[in-house]
Amino acid sequence: MDFAAMQKQYPAQVPTEVHSHQNRWDPYVDNGGTSLAIAGADYVIVASDTRQSNGGYSINSRTEPKAFKLSNNVVLATSGFAADAKRLVEVLEQNALTYFYKHNKQMTAPAMAQMLSNTLYGRRFFPYYVFPILAGVDAQGKGALFAYDPVGNMERVNYQAYGSAAALVQPFLDNVVGFKNQRGADHNRLIERDEAMRFAVDAFTSATERDIYTGDWLDIFVIDKDGVKHEKRELKHD
Amino acid sequence: MNRIAEQLTLSASDSPNNQLDGGSSNICGTGVQFELASGNNPAAFTQQYTDVKSERDARIKMDHGTTTLAFKFKHGVLVATDSRATSGNVIASQSVKKVIEINPYLLGTMAGGAADCSFWERVLGMECRLYELRNKKRISVAAASKLLANLVYRYKGMGLSMGTMVAGWDESGPGLYYVDSEGQRVVNDLFSVGSGSTFAYGVLDSHYRFDMSVDEAKDLGRRAIYHATHRDAYSGGIVRMYWVKEDGWVAYPLEDVGELYFRYHPEIKLTHAAESPLAAQRAA
Repeated sequence: MDFAAMQKQYPAQVPTEVHSHQNRWDPYVDNGGTSLAIAGADYVIVASDTRQSNGGYSINSRTEPKAFKLSNNVVLATSGFAADAKRLVEVLEQNALTYFYKHNKQMTAPAMAQMLSNTLYGRRFFPYYVFPILAGVDAQGKGALFAYDPVGNMERVNYQAYGSAAALVQPFLDNVVGFKNQRGADHNRLIERDEAMRFAVDAFTSATERDIYTGDWLDIFVIDKDGVKHEKRELKHD
Repeated sequence: MNRIAEQLTLSASDSPNNQLDGGSSNICGTGVQFELASGNNPAAFTQQYTDVKSERDARIKMDHGTTTLAFKFKHGVLVATDSRATSGNVIASQSVKKVIEINPYLLGTMAGGAADCSFWERVLGMECRLYELRNKKRISVAAASKLLANLVYRYKGMGLSMGTMVAGWDESGPGLYYVDSEGQRVVNDLFSVGSGSTFAYGVLDSHYRFDMSVDEAKDLGRRAIYHATHRDAYSGGIVRMYWVKEDGWVAYPLEDVGELYFRYHPEIKLTHAAESPLAAQRAA
C-alpha cells in the first residue's frame, strides 16, 4: 500500500510529517570575536575586536562593537552570541536607569556587577549565550573587573579573556599580567597602565594571526576615576 | 515536569516590559521568576544546550566546581574546598570562592554548577536574615538547610546542578547538612562533595576522629583536598579552609596545592629549587 492510500485508511495514526533530528530549532549562534580586560591599581583597560561572523566562514560585519559603555564609569565587554549580547546591554542599561530614578544616584560598578549576575541567572533555563566581562572602578578608585559564565557565576579578577581566541589570549595574560609560572616574580604586583595597554594590543595582534574570527578593528576603553576614554586601532583584515 | 513548567511559565501579565526589570526586583522571598523557552518542554530545551553530563557537546558550558569537604569535630566544623572552576575541558578559574559566607555563623559550599550554588545560597542568606528579623533570633542550621532544600526542590528536573553543605553553629552545637538539587537533605558528621570527593573520602575516613584538635582537623582537611586535587583533573588551585566555632566562622590563609605537593613529598627534590615559581611560598 502506498503512503497516500495509507493516509486515507488510517488518517489520525499515520504521521504526515517526519522531523529529522537535525532540524531542531537552534536559537543560538556563536558570532565569534574576542574580548579581554586588565585591571590595575587605578584603571581598567577593556579591549575587544569588532569582527562579527555568522558562525561559519562568512563575516557579517567588520565594524560591529562588542564592548559597550554602560555609564560614566562602567564598560561591558561581551563575546558569544551577538543578539543576546545586544539584548543584555539593553536590559542592563534599563536597570541602571531605573536604579538612578529610584535612588537618585548612579549605580556603582560592584552594584552593577551583582545586578548583571542576577540578570544572567534570571535566564538560567534559557540562557543568554554571552560571556560578559564588566569593568569599572570601585569606591576606592581601584580597578574592578568581574568575569561571568553565561548563567551568572561572578568572580572579581585582575584580568580575563573570553571569546573565540580566549584559549590563545588567557594563557598569555596568565603569564605577563598574573606572573604565573615566572621565576622570581612578585605575584602581588598590579601592572602599570602603559604595560597593560601594550599587552592588550599585542594579545590582539597575535590572536588575529591565529584565529579566523578575530580581527579587523580593535576597540579599547580605558576606565579610571575620571571616566571612560575610547580609542580604535586597526587589526589585520584577512 | 509539565506541572512545574506551568507554574513557572510566564503568564500573560508578565509582558516583556515587566521583565525588563531583570532579576533584581522580581526576587522577593521565594517568588523568583525565570524566563523559560516557549514550547511544551522547556526543561528539555535547556538540557540540550546546557547540560554537560548528558549532552557532551552542549553549546553553553557553565562553570562547574569540584572538591569540597566538611566535618564536625569536638571544636566545631571544619570546611575545606579547592578553587578550580571548569567550563567543559577548559579551566575557567583557579581562584573561585567555593565557600559561600551566608552570614557570620553559617557557611555554604559550592559543588556542581557554580552559578546555581552562588545564586541560591545568596537567596538563602536573604531568607536567613528575614528569619532573624521576624523571630529575633538566629536561624538553626537544620532550618537553614531545609530552606535551601525547599527552594531548589521546586526546580527539580529542570537541570539545576548543586551539591552543597550547610555548616554552622547554633543552639544545639555544631551543625552540618548536605543538600542537593535532586532534593536530598541529610545530616552527618562528615561529607565530601564533588568530582574529587572519592579521593577526599579516602583520606578523611582513614584519619577522622571526633576528638581531634583544631590543628589536626586543619591538617586533615588540607591533606584531603590536596589528594583530591592531585588525582582529579577537575579539582585544583588553592585550598580554602574555614573553621566554624561557637562565635562564628574563621577563614584561614590560602595554600597553593602545587606547593602542598612538595610539602607532603619532602623526598622529592626539585632541580633549581630556589628559582622555581613557588620558592617564596616554600620558604615561608
